[in-house]
Amino acid sequence: MTISKSARLALAALLGIGLAFIYVPLTVVIINSFNASRTFSWPPTELTTKWWAKAIENTGVREALKWSIIAGLSATVIALLLGTALAFAVSRYEFFGREVISLLVVLPISLPGVVTGIALNNAFTKQLGMSTGLITVVIGHATFCIVVVYNNALARLRRMGTSLQEASMDLGANGITTFRLVTLPNMASALVAGGLLAFGLSFDEIVVTTFTAGPGIQTLPLWIYNNLFRPNQAPIVNVVAATLVLLSIVPIYLSQRLSSDSSTGGRF
Amino acid sequence: MGKVSRMSGQALVSIRALKRSFGDVRAVDGVDLDIREGEFLTLLGPSGSGKTTVLRMIAGFEKPDSGSITLAGKDVSQLPPYERDVNTVFQDYALFPHMDVLTNIEYGLRVKGVSKEERRAQALVALKQIRLEGYEDRKPAQLSGGQRQRVALARALVNKPSVLLLDEPLGALDLKLREQMQIELKALQREVGITFIFVTHDQEEALSMSDRIAIFNHGKIEQLGTPREIYDNPKSAFISEFVGQTNRIEIDGKKVNIRPEFVSISKSGTTGDRVVQGILRDEIFVGASTRYLVETNLGFSMISTQVENDLKIGDAVTLSWQKEREFLVQI
Repeated sequence: MTISKSARLALAALLGIGLAFIYVPLTVVIINSFNASRTFSWPPTELTTKWWAKAIENTGVREALKWSIIAGLSATVIALLLGTALAFAVSRYEFFGREVISLLVVLPISLPGVVTGIALNNAFTKQLGMSTGLITVVIGHATFCIVVVYNNALARLRRMGTSLQEASMDLGANGITTFRLVTLPNMASALVAGGLLAFGLSFDEIVVTTFTAGPGIQTLPLWIYNNLFRPNQAPIVNVVAATLVLLSIVPIYLSQRLSSDSSTGGRF
Repeated sequence: MGKVSRMSGQALVSIRALKRSFGDVRAVDGVDLDIREGEFLTLLGPSGSGKTTVLRMIAGFEKPDSGSITLAGKDVSQLPPYERDVNTVFQDYALFPHMDVLTNIEYGLRVKGVSKEERRAQALVALKQIRLEGYEDRKPAQLSGGQRQRVALARALVNKPSVLLLDEPLGALDLKLREQMQIELKALQREVGITFIFVTHDQEEALSMSDRIAIFNHGKIEQLGTPREIYDNPKSAFISEFVGQTNRIEIDGKKVNIRPEFVSISKSGTTGDRVVQGILRDEIFVGASTRYLVETNLGFSMISTQVENDLKIGDAVTLSWQKEREFLVQI
């Protein structure tokens, strides 16, 4: 398809404006985390790393980082186990309600977080009589982390087909050996990509976390939210926000690289 | 998996009353077949005729609905693939993409617990057999179609199975390579002496390679015999058309068949005791030979590949052949 030069320019301008809306504010946050002025006078007249040093010393921030990492890793592990198992069931076996299950697994990612959060909170505290804490946060995060792992695993399994597994069994390997030597190595990059995405989703989640964390746990996004309107914490909030941005970009970038890596999963 | 005991005079593989349906489709509808030791047996038929399903049931990828498959006297029809002394060469080769050539070839020995030195040595011998020395470290993606095909063969044969199953292994190769692989495959089979069960829909391939051919149609074996028996005496109209070309004509109130190569066309003389007059209508060049289409004065057209020189389209000609070359079909 060819488009006229003016149309091309207009599209480029729109794209530029769209991207600017997303990335200019983020860049400002990152630059302000180095802004020496306590009131963030713009443009910055002096740059400093003292806010970063203060943030690293801040026990609240360190606690929040710890909880974010623990919750993210736990949710990712659960998502990897359940998501892979589900993808196997859906791609390899025919059973009643298969399509419904597939839909139900994917649905949480599009459900409003506030609804999921309140529903989970209600279920945990009222129906199950649990107190909110790390476990409830992990379960809450796993509901949407599982989606990305499931989708990645399912796509890879479909692309792999069944003949590699058949060849392995034909050559004398039982189901477990086949999974270990053939299926898993050919899925590994898809699972790592799914796991990274899942961790990224969990790491910056705030809505579901708000309703499932309870008073004892504060993840990084919750810490930011709670300290946002305390003027003396503002410089540290910028640092934490910048950290969140950078830590979220890395998994997404790596996972994109891995997903497009076709040399490990393709059939011949 | 132990080596099966060799029993001469008896079938190595016995298939009895084998059936398998997929939904409403009866893919395999009562197949009986005995396969002898050391034989090159081809399952030939159009797609959907059940030949591949039979192969997959021998391999263990599909379970029969009923019937039995006996390998060296033992019923294997309910055993998983990894407990059967058979190996398969897949249509898409199914080489493990994350392993190099040598690791692919030694896979079967590895999962059976053969020591590293031992399996490496055997894999290198197999690699030499398929003339791919120096390709040990290549990944399947770095090989050509013909090379992948040979690696798939070596990966199966290194296990020394009692039966090698081949599921349209040459289907993905181009014509020239396919013809070369047909010769190589046949030579390899003679060399290793392993029973080959070969699935194809290509009748020329089946005729040129097989000791015996089982012709499949609608989930059943329609005829079983040597290539010569099947070509000379096809049991049904379906087979006479599927294997080679045939003229199906009615003479003296009798429906008979005659292969084009036995019919000669000339201006005057005859070479047989059956003579029909006609007009040369067309010539169809098909590479190695030319087919001539003659409209006979009995109201039907015939094809021949035997023709005397200097004939032109439109000439009045005489068709003749030996009556004994004619064959009847039962169905």
